Amino acid sequence: MTRAVIHPCFRAFALTMLALQAFMTWEAAAAEAPRGESEIGNFVLSNGMEVVVIPDHRAPTVTQMVWYKAGNADEPSGKSGIAHFLEHLMFKGTKKHPAGEFDARIAEIGGEENAFTSSDYTAFYQTVTPEALETMMEFEADRMRHLVLKDAVIVPERDVILQERRSRVEDNPEELLEEEMRATLYQNHPYRVPVIGWMHEMEQLSRGDAVAFYDRYYVPNNAILVVAGDVDTGTVWWLANKTYGAVPRGQDLPERVRPQEPEQNTKRTVVLTDPRVTVPSFRKSWVAPSYRTTEPGEAEALDLLSEILGGGTRSRIYQELVVKQGIASSGGAYFQGRSLDPSSFTIYGSPRGDATIKAVEDALDAEVRKIIEAGVTDVELAKAKNRLVRSMIFARDSQRGMANIYGEALATGSTVYDVQVWPLKVCTVTATEVQAVARKYLNPDRSVAGYLLPRETATSGDKSR
Amino acid sequence: MTMFNRLSFGAARPLVAVLALLGLAAVPGRAAMAIQEVETSGGIKAWLVEDYSVPIVTVRFAFRGGSTQDPSGKEGLANLMTALFDEGAGDLDSEAFQERLDDAGAEMRFGAGRDAVYGFMRVLADQKDDAFDLLRLAVEQPRFDQAPMDRIRAQIVSGIIAEAKDPNTAAQVAWRKALYGDHPYSRRDEGTEQTLATATTSDLKALHKRLFARGNLAIAVTGAIDAGALKHDLNRIFGGLPAEPSIMPVAETAPRLAQEIRIPYDLPQTGLRLAYPGISDKDPQFFAAHLMNHILGGGAFTSRLWNEVREKRGLAYHIGSALVNNDHASALVIATGARPDRAAETLSLIRAEVRRIAEKGVSEDELDAAKKKVIGGYAIDNLNSSSAIADTLVKIQMEDLGIDYIERRKQLIQAVTVEDVRSAAKRLLSADPAVMIVGPPLEDRKG
Repeated sequence: MTRAVIHPCFRAFALTMLALQAFMTWEAAAAEAPRGESEIGNFVLSNGMEVVVIPDHRAPTVTQMVWYKAGNADEPSGKSGIAHFLEHLMFKGTKKHPAGEFDARIAEIGGEENAFTSSDYTAFYQTVTPEALETMMEFEADRMRHLVLKDAVIVPERDVILQERRSRVEDNPEELLEEEMRATLYQNHPYRVPVIGWMHEMEQLSRGDAVAFYDRYYVPNNAILVVAGDVDTGTVWWLANKTYGAVPRGQDLPERVRPQEPEQNTKRTVVLTDPRVTVPSFRKSWVAPSYRTTEPGEAEALDLLSEILGGGTRSRIYQELVVKQGIASSGGAYFQGRSLDPSSFTIYGSPRGDATIKAVEDALDAEVRKIIEAGVTDVELAKAKNRLVRSMIFARDSQRGMANIYGEALATGSTVYDVQVWPLKVCTVTATEVQAVARKYLNPDRSVAGYLLPRETATSGDKSR
Repeated sequence: MTMFNRLSFGAARPLVAVLALLGLAAVPGRAAMAIQEVETSGGIKAWLVEDYSVPIVTVRFAFRGGSTQDPSGKEGLANLMTALFDEGAGDLDSEAFQERLDDAGAEMRFGAGRDAVYGFMRVLADQKDDAFDLLRLAVEQPRFDQAPMDRIRAQIVSGIIAEAKDPNTAAQVAWRKALYGDHPYSRRDEGTEQTLATATTSDLKALHKRLFARGNLAIAVTGAIDAGALKHDLNRIFGGLPAEPSIMPVAETAPRLAQEIRIPYDLPQTGLRLAYPGISDKDPQFFAAHLMNHILGGGAFTSRLWNEVREKRGLAYHIGSALVNNDHASALVIATGARPDRAAETLSLIRAEVRRIAEKGVSEDELDAAKKKVIGGYAIDNLNSSSAIADTLVKIQMEDLGIDYIERRKQLIQAVTVEDVRSAAKRLLSADPAVMIVGPPLEDRKG
């Protein structure tokens, strides 16, 4: 068996060049209407709407996504959940296309659709055949400014989101703890508010609240169109100008400046006991910079740190806690770098057999400490880079996945160029830099520990932790 | 980052998985996808779709015979086995195998369904030789060493214990038991703490020997590889397997209807589930039933149940119906999570919609729209990535539907009339269903 390990930087370089070559050619020719065989197209309509085109001719399908740079962290205080409520209400029809018509039109051509809301953005998408792209754009452009919200639709749809909260949060102890941890991790930033909203505020959301949020944020100069699939940039340029281009620019929005975190100096603990829980679980989170707010190279180093520490079965946490010590049934780490403001880094684990949650917590802490004190090896760093670079190649297999990567990056303050050079930046991170971000951001004295516990354990004394 | 959407497919996953399997029609537009049938000198067959636009190769395969093949008292064995293929094979122990797999840049996964064991590998094209060597070892010579077996078993047991007080798990267990009695379909795929405790390395070796053969194997490959190279690789990976499996026969069965299962819990929502008779995908009325189900509750955002329960009244977040087809049983299942204070109303609404479609059928317009969705949606739902294509092609082979099925299916759907739909609706939905209610008792909180 031969064992040729390809150097990650070689692949990263090849991947980046492939992307950039086309991108640069396109930039140079951007003054004219493009004829696109280019890899990725990127331009801005005269009303300020940014467009990204990701040609992929493998199958006769195309995905259009419209991303609004408005999520639940942009909500007025006391109106939690309005971004997500509006997302639901966007399907209630316009003067030109009454409720249900868009859904029916998509279904008629076998298309697929959905929408989602996060802290930093709200997005809508359809996957259809290329012939239907213009129609999809026409519908999407129409509802950007012409939504009709009758009082009659508000109450039933508000019941739907209340039911969604019961179904996806309250029915799930893990989600409930997650929600409380965010509310504790962020002491001032609106990331502390759940995306779906707090129940008592959701119950009060009104038509006026939805219209106010819509009028403020749903304008072309606050939106990004991402089209991925069997189209070329020239066609998208032409269709986008014809449909979205006709929507007047809205008033200029101020910079997206939200209340920032104060200096954090405490170690906090959140405990949720629930009768539905049998095996406890532990997690610990820190505020960490995002790709937009980071010092150069730090976010890439954090991505590699999370891969090495807890990115799968080859990671330190899995190997040490699950395989060698045998005290955990699961364990890992994750970092959410794609967010507008500083985000979070999390480690987690759950005990197995006779092991206690305390043993898991101590072992997780020990793995973090080892990296802070002794760093990572060059071999494990090279392997982690390989995995991250490889994931970008595998990602190209999914049309919607690619649209998501670019849409999310652009909606959180990064650029097309940033996404394209990401593999190269990852491959230039050094072991010293990984150690440095661990030391800088994973400080145990300003973390939040979360415990999900069975009810008995909690009442019999373990809750002091 | 937490994400909320218009309809979470996480919540409705069991339904969606089935729909993906059933929503076959024709590729619209230009050149149809070219499926090549490849057969090696050693008699191993695979379907191949060549594509060089992304430098990756994806292999999916399935061996017929899944968790139904677990010996009685050893439930969970197939599931345990599939978690151990990357934990040591041939002369490589767990650590060495996983390190090689990582160096080879490959993803490898196995999983056990009720009726088959599934395998998957995805690799960068220029590293396929190393990866395929490892796949061969995993498929042909898994070690099932004691230490990794104990570890993985403990992880599975930990998962079972963790769910012991979870009402949704309790409901799932009760539902299967109520519907399928003593049939293997009533068992938990992952087994129980007790059955897993009895599993040994020799049990796993015996099960592997029985199930992993060339005679019950279906393979689909997509990506940057041509037929010649693939033939060579297929012989290498699967050529060492025995010719025929040794599969225990599984009885044909049908879900038990006309019963009510109540799982009382103090929950924030009330889970409702209804089972009606299903229909085999070989049945001449299958597509009529498929279209009927689409109109009743299968079509997200457009179905009758969606409109009545969610759009008009806001009674639930997710609501849908699906034809659930296993090799030896089928059912039409409706599921929702309703507001507890109006769960009784939701249940009677669902039953009224079922009665309406069973008695009055559907309109020409509804049928026309359903046909368009079901035909046009094929490429989008089933061929949206090279893994999805490979997955679909394995399923078509497993059902023995033929390499021309994708095109043929379109004609079969086109031919369905409103009378056909009415007759299928009457056949499936006139029965008294099995009903499960999970959550606060309905009587206490009538809305």
